[in-house]
Amino acid sequence: MTTIEKTTSATSRVEESDDGTPLLEVRDLHVEFHTREGLAKAVNGVNYSVRAGETLAVLGESGSGKSVTAQAIMGILDMPPGKIPQGQILYRGEDMLTMSNEERRKIRGRKIAMIFQDALSALNPVLSVGYQLGEMFRVHQGLSKKEAKAKAIELMDRVRIPAAKERVGDYPHQFSGGMRQRIMIAMALALEPDLIIADEPTTALDVTVQAQVMDLLAELQREYNMGLILITHDLGVVADVADKIAVMYAGRIVETAPVHELYKRPAHPYARGLLESIPRLDRKGQELYAIKGLPPNLLKVPSGCAFNPRCPKAEDICSTEIPVLHQVTEQDGTELPGRGSACHFWKETLHG
Amino acid sequence: MSEPTTGTGLALGGPASHADAAAVGTGLSKKDTGPGKPRSLWGDAWYELRHRPLFWVSAVLLVLLLTIAAFPGLFTGADPRDGDLTNHFLTKPELTHFFQADWFGYDVQGRSIYARVIYGTRASIMVGVGVTVMVTLFGGLVGMLAGYFGGWVDAIVSRLVDIFFGLPFLLGSMVVLNAFTERKVYVVIAALAFLGWTTIARVMRSSVITAKQADYVTAARALGAGTTRILFRHVLPNALAPTIVVATISLGAYISAEATLSYLGLGLADPTISWGIDISAAKDAIRDNPHVMLFPAGMLSLTVFAFITLGDAVRDALDPKLR
Repeated sequence: MTTIEKTTSATSRVEESDDGTPLLEVRDLHVEFHTREGLAKAVNGVNYSVRAGETLAVLGESGSGKSVTAQAIMGILDMPPGKIPQGQILYRGEDMLTMSNEERRKIRGRKIAMIFQDALSALNPVLSVGYQLGEMFRVHQGLSKKEAKAKAIELMDRVRIPAAKERVGDYPHQFSGGMRQRIMIAMALALEPDLIIADEPTTALDVTVQAQVMDLLAELQREYNMGLILITHDLGVVADVADKIAVMYAGRIVETAPVHELYKRPAHPYARGLLESIPRLDRKGQELYAIKGLPPNLLKVPSGCAFNPRCPKAEDICSTEIPVLHQVTEQDGTELPGRGSACHFWKETLHG
Repeated sequence: MSEPTTGTGLALGGPASHADAAAVGTGLSKKDTGPGKPRSLWGDAWYELRHRPLFWVSAVLLVLLLTIAAFPGLFTGADPRDGDLTNHFLTKPELTHFFQADWFGYDVQGRSIYARVIYGTRASIMVGVGVTVMVTLFGGLVGMLAGYFGGWVDAIVSRLVDIFFGLPFLLGSMVVLNAFTERKVYVVIAALAFLGWTTIARVMRSSVITAKQADYVTAARALGAGTTRILFRHVLPNALAPTIVVATISLGAYISAEATLSYLGLGLADPTISWGIDISAAKDAIRDNPHVMLFPAGMLSLTVFAFITLGDAVRDALDPKLR
């Protein structure tokens, strides 16, 4: 019943992004929160970039700063208490942090859109989904109510909501969790943005629906040739869709790698710990590995490498010196493109 | 011993389970025949409201009162200002003379009490509705801005609300009204609204603070909605319910406030016809002719009752948790 119309201008987008500047580049971003207890440094110098058609997965546990980075990019950080003391967020080479509010607002939704974790609370309960989808067209493109509704139905079809025409007037609570997340995706997709940031898009869904939603997202991303930043703590989700991974810990990126290389050979003890914590069928009956200790308190980040109190390989240098993101190479010195590790002992971790 | 017990148990169980099945059956069929159309929050509230007898009682009363206020001539042919002192002695109500001038009897000056009660409705309803509309618009706007923007806007508004809240409502309006020599309906409305906007502002502020923290507001912002759109499309509809409830309930209170002020001689004044004025005029005759006070006071109570009941029904419909 659902027809997927291929009306995208994917080809025209490719040439745009081929001039070398990434779609989005985050440079040395710092975010801190002024709280009663003191200064909480949520993000401490994050660098990453996304190109058109590329999927970057940002991996990390709660409080690692992955969502805060995304909020800073979207400009939806509550300021105060939040503050961005330094850093740049470049959209096609232009720093969004120095733009006026109005310029930033025009980018939001139109160029960069966001998918939220909990679609039920991210959709307005008093407005029908058709109205909310149509709002995108009415606000940004000035379409009439009727045209906007037709577009809303088209969008619902595209994210494969059955009987879109009949359901366009329904309210968010009348949809199942998976369908709601599809509506959220449709809203983000409405204006065919260059980049979508998905903040744990499948965390609130059950496993079978998770796979459907991720497949849909990946397919639409290919179709529109969009950049995608996928924020997640689910390693299983990442493996299927991401091109590259950035692992975050205590507001820093501790490892970057193309997705399959990270799974094969992690170069940071934290990433290794995460991978070893995945239950595996061939280790049935053995005790499941867990990273000892707790994530650091952002008000009192440990000195040196923030991971050192929990790290099985920690030595004296780890508690005194903050490791930079080293370029990771093979044993014979050949470069591994796109790989980096913020560990003093990355060589031992990778090759040992 | 056990056998008869089980026997009766079974016998009793039979019809009971049948009744259960029937109940389930009707329950299901009710659901099936129920409205299949998608309902919004407001649609849900309306559905809820329609199934409340109290709502219908107050609604019928209010429709009647509003009609009386709009077209008093439809209900009585008598002139409420026509005082015939010969009637002064015919003060006993003729309770069988429906809709006649002497139905409720005559007041001290020989005017038809029935006609005065009918013509007095307009002033009361106008004051009640007028004050509520002004208070809701002004208090609602101020409260919304304070709640949404916070910071110094909130600081100023909240202090202002505190100051106004400190002024006694009736005493304050007496002082204000005393400054006017000619006290028409709109003067009374302005005076009451001047002192009454604080409650709505507070209610609105707090519900806007709750609504603006919702994820869908952040989502709307992330998808490029501007401040005005977020405020009026996403925050306001989700913050409106408590304000509506408070406004409906306080409408009744404003009507009684008007009557109180008129009774004290500080509200409306002759030649405006108001229940408060009539109650005031009746106070000297109350011992011998209690009906002179009974009818305007009864109408006043009925009107206040209708609005407060409506407010209650609306609150129950909008807040399912209270059920």
